[in-house]
Amino acid sequence: MTLRSEIRFVLNGRDVALADVGADRTLLDFLRLDRRLTGTKEGCAEGDCGACTVLVGRLTQGRLVHAPVNACIRFLASVDGCHVVTVEHLAGRDGQLHPVQQALVDHHGTQCGFCTPGFVMSLYALWMEVPEPSEAQVETALQGNLCRCTGYSPIIRAAIAISRYGSPAADPINRERDDITARLKALHDGCRVVTGPTDNQSILPADTDDLAECLVENPGATIVAGATDVGLWVTKLLRPIGPAIFTGHLDELKTVTVAGDTLTIGAGASYTECQDQLIRHFPHLAAYWDRIAGWQVRNMGTVGGNIANGSPIGDTPPVLIALGAEITLRRGAARRMLPLESFFIEYGKQDRAPGEFVEQIGIPLPRPGQRDAAYKISKRRDEDISSVAAGISVTVTNDRITACRIAFGGMAGTPKRAKAAEAALLSQPWSGAAFAAAAEALRQDFTPLSDWRASADYRMLAAGNLLRRFFLEHDAAETAPAQLARA
Amino acid sequence: MKDMSIISGAVHHDRIHDSAAKHVSGSADYTDDIAMPEGTLHAYLGVSQVAHARLLGLDLAAVRRAPGVVGVLTAADIPGINDISPTGLNDEPVFPTDKIQFHGQPLFAVVAETRDAARRAAALARVDCEALPCALDPVAARAAGYPYVTAPLKLARGDVAPALAAAPHRITARMRIGGQDHMYLEGHIAFAIPGEDDDVVVHCSTQHPSEAQHMVAHVLGVPSNAVTVNVRRMGGGFGGKESQMNLFCAVAAIAAKKWNRAVKIRPDRDQDMTATGKRHDFVVDYDIGFDEAGRIHAVDASFAARCGFSADLSGPVTDRALFHADNAYFYPNVRLESHPMKTNTVSNTAFRGFGGPQGVIVAERMIEEIAFATGQDPLDVRKANFYGQDGRDVTPYHQQVEDNILDRLVGELETGADYRARRKAIIADNANSPVLKRGIALTPVKFGISFTATWYNQAGALVHVYNDGSVHLNHGGTEMGQGLNTKVAQVVADAFQIDFERIKITRTTTEKVPNTSATAASSGSDLNGMAALNAVEQIKARLVAFAARKWEVEPDAVEFLPNEVRIGDVVLSFDAFIRQAYMARVQLSAAGFYKTPKIHWDRQKGCGRPFYYFAYGAACSEVTIDTLTGEYRVDRTDILHDVGRSLNPALDKGQVEGAFVQGMGWLTTEELWWDAEGRLRTHAPSTYKIPLASDRPRIFNVNLADWSENRELTIKRSKAVGEPPFMLGVSVFEALSMAVASVADYRVCPRLDAPATPERVLMAVSRLQAGT
Repeated sequence: MTLRSEIRFVLNGRDVALADVGADRTLLDFLRLDRRLTGTKEGCAEGDCGACTVLVGRLTQGRLVHAPVNACIRFLASVDGCHVVTVEHLAGRDGQLHPVQQALVDHHGTQCGFCTPGFVMSLYALWMEVPEPSEAQVETALQGNLCRCTGYSPIIRAAIAISRYGSPAADPINRERDDITARLKALHDGCRVVTGPTDNQSILPADTDDLAECLVENPGATIVAGATDVGLWVTKLLRPIGPAIFTGHLDELKTVTVAGDTLTIGAGASYTECQDQLIRHFPHLAAYWDRIAGWQVRNMGTVGGNIANGSPIGDTPPVLIALGAEITLRRGAARRMLPLESFFIEYGKQDRAPGEFVEQIGIPLPRPGQRDAAYKISKRRDEDISSVAAGISVTVTNDRITACRIAFGGMAGTPKRAKAAEAALLSQPWSGAAFAAAAEALRQDFTPLSDWRASADYRMLAAGNLLRRFFLEHDAAETAPAQLARA
Repeated sequence: MKDMSIISGAVHHDRIHDSAAKHVSGSADYTDDIAMPEGTLHAYLGVSQVAHARLLGLDLAAVRRAPGVVGVLTAADIPGINDISPTGLNDEPVFPTDKIQFHGQPLFAVVAETRDAARRAAALARVDCEALPCALDPVAARAAGYPYVTAPLKLARGDVAPALAAAPHRITARMRIGGQDHMYLEGHIAFAIPGEDDDVVVHCSTQHPSEAQHMVAHVLGVPSNAVTVNVRRMGGGFGGKESQMNLFCAVAAIAAKKWNRAVKIRPDRDQDMTATGKRHDFVVDYDIGFDEAGRIHAVDASFAARCGFSADLSGPVTDRALFHADNAYFYPNVRLESHPMKTNTVSNTAFRGFGGPQGVIVAERMIEEIAFATGQDPLDVRKANFYGQDGRDVTPYHQQVEDNILDRLVGELETGADYRARRKAIIADNANSPVLKRGIALTPVKFGISFTATWYNQAGALVHVYNDGSVHLNHGGTEMGQGLNTKVAQVVADAFQIDFERIKITRTTTEKVPNTSATAASSGSDLNGMAALNAVEQIKARLVAFAARKWEVEPDAVEFLPNEVRIGDVVLSFDAFIRQAYMARVQLSAAGFYKTPKIHWDRQKGCGRPFYYFAYGAACSEVTIDTLTGEYRVDRTDILHDVGRSLNPALDKGQVEGAFVQGMGWLTTEELWWDAEGRLRTHAPSTYKIPLASDRPRIFNVNLADWSENRELTIKRSKAVGEPPFMLGVSVFEALSMAVASVADYRVCPRLDAPATPERVLMAVSRLQAGT
């Protein structure tokens, strides 16, 4: 294995090579403190406000794809081989504003201006993907950007008008695309990168096999995929994370495939990267997926990480457990599979041995008669952590419930199946009464906690009502809407 | 083609925010973006982990030993007075010496070579203390016999007890109203650079540079003339940077003088939210008497507020809650009392509306109670109680309401939003929709404009005209996004009749305009616009006298035209004219001044004219709730708001839209949650949820009442806009209430507490469905 001890990337137009990049060094601090690129702001240092939004472009199957991410929780080491674009790169050399910028100016889309560079970058990324977006697309793209002044309307109006100011074809990134692509290709040398001081080392394995090896060598290392959780350990808790093994650059871990009756998601696939295929096969996840964090976090965070960190309020485990997902854990060359629900032992404890990592998630494709739903309740509809999340999968044969799997998040110390509720439904005729009984049975399944997100009483009541909602939404006789559409 | 007949940036016209191009390109500098001098140090606060305790000792040995640490600051290092209370009550130490009074209270500061080193070191302190029982909310504080942090206020008119007793109907109830974090995107920050002698310059993000200056002088024990405070712009303020920056300025300045190096202090978001004050939460007990028609006979209400450990601005905030407890309604007999309770929480402070919203929402709750009790449309109850003529025009503080335009404004909105038909349709549709229920509400706001601390209603400005005809404008107001600098520059451009681009807007600094008031109470353009105009008028008077003399014409033959000056038959470009004036040794600089006329206030008697005028507005909101989960969506909001003759309609509309969404956030998803130990657990955007783009109304029609003109001689007959539209968010809260009430056939007032989180909505639905 060839080693490299430098992180190399392209920052706006410049090549950058950095030695000694500690694991906990953030991209934001590098931009603001080392490079004095002060257009990128720190608003929260936890990936929730979007003031630090920058674009990170990486080669995906040879194609350069830019995605908005939160620089505050993105580790500098993880941009190896990438193109980092900050707000300073947008205006022309003559100072002429970029179409995104001019549209915001003309529509009075700035007031205090502190959140603005972040909005510019999110809207820029959207405009390159969807030059003429709908209001709903703009809102989805802006789920990770907070503005406290404008009330958003002028920003939305600007976003919809951008294409009147110019076309993506003439955009700086598109003009440089071939050049940047060639430069990034040249940076990909197949090396393992090891850099940073010994107690704060950053390790970027060369490939997945090398990842397995690195982990055997450093079983205590912190695995960093999207850093949307680990980032906060550093920025909020000041926790040391070295040595850290970064996985976000490993294409093999990002593959999403269908073989036989199973959809397999590589543990390193971000929410965005697996979205299309996942929703093609599980359309009930479409609305749910849009409610996971904001766009920036969806571009960084991975399904594998959401599982591996063992949070009781992760968005994906309840819905994946309901679908009967299995995960593959790997240590060295050895792999084992286990049902996802078995991975979560208790709060803060998962079935993952030192040196082991989650490699992939397998989800059985829906079978005939299977009715699926994914529900999330949170204080704020978008970009919020759930107070209650539910995955419900019920198979109905001849009007009788012949199989069911129900899992909840936010109701216990781990994402957990509602066995008593399942039992109350199984073999019952499809009826409102059966679901009402199942809602009652939830009291045997769960003793939720009260905290700042929700009280125990609310969690219990709402969880039961989600079962009622499931019935109403899937019952042929019910016609009135049973939940709020985004509209 | 440029229109030569009108200057660019004329008043009453849309003008883009002067910094907009810099905002979008990332080149607008905030305090943290200023290039740091060599050797700049970084400070960070060490904070308490208990809510209430006797402080026995601080062991900072480990802090001092930590890598990169230069030293620590404790109360003993304060050369002047250890106090930063903005009202001079001496109840707010920079660092406490004997008592810890809230969880997260700053106890010391560590100064290090990097911010990261300071932050890490701050966590290493050992605090020796003896825990004391704590009271976290106003109810617990009253029960525990806690004192007031400041003198309470009582407003009274008429004879309340007999009027209540004689009223055909009477309702007594309690409402809890949550606080709100400012969640300005740019957090607190101060950056001090030491100078020679006693001098120090502080760059910071404060709404009140003069107070920061005085506080720094106070803690350093030097005269104010040694301290300069500069503010180019803030990344949002909303009241949260009116007094709360004093602490950070003090720490930065003390450290800068102690080590003779520049020192920057920037708390992280969690510390910003836990160590600095917020909007006051209130618990309000109301007793109302009314008749079958829904007319109010008497109101008796007590407003207990969570003020936190010190007074800060709680006096005027709780006063303003009472001033607005009438909102738009005439109370024939009224008694209102404030209880500004000391609590073991962070000291609450100013926030857009300054207590007013908490008063307004109680007025609207009482209206709602009457509507449910009498089976009326709440809008009819509102109208029946609006201030009117015939003796129905006196407020609880005995000011006559002379400028009421709500009849017309509400009428126009009612028609424009098609309120009646929609309400009817909603009631019909709800009957056929088992899960989703809709509600609609049209609520007004009347908001008093002026600082109730009468002496604050003064402002200064400094205008220089350079001999090339370019203009330098400085005033005492601060720019926090509201577009104040743009508006004041428009006023100056208009007065000189020169293009906006000829005016250089400069940072606010205590060096140029002294003794300024906070940019607060919506007063920014009212006060500073007038002061700037006064400066321009002084210069113009000299110019006119000069021209009349030189060209031998009558003064009224001198006319300022767009970018030109006509003197009799002579027309000169403004620049050429200024050159001539300079050559003739005309003074081309002036300090302007303004003080608001007519106002007076006797707090002891609860009587006077605290407000120069009122601003009005109304909003109609429609919502849908999910009765299975309590989740909701705002389907549509229509707003008609009064800004008098707008100085800049585009900016004013931006204020209205933004304030509405912020007000809606306060009443819906923004929940402050303390645990039993007094720890604030919603202390960052991950846990504290302000509205997102997708939360704004699905249909959002915002209009200014373009026919309105301020009756008073305000700047260009405009009205203040910062705070009044915040209270339009109440329409969402009331609409949610109606949707909840639908599950019990609109017979029971749901008595939602604020914020109406999905949880509160569902629990209220559940309560009403159970008939309890």
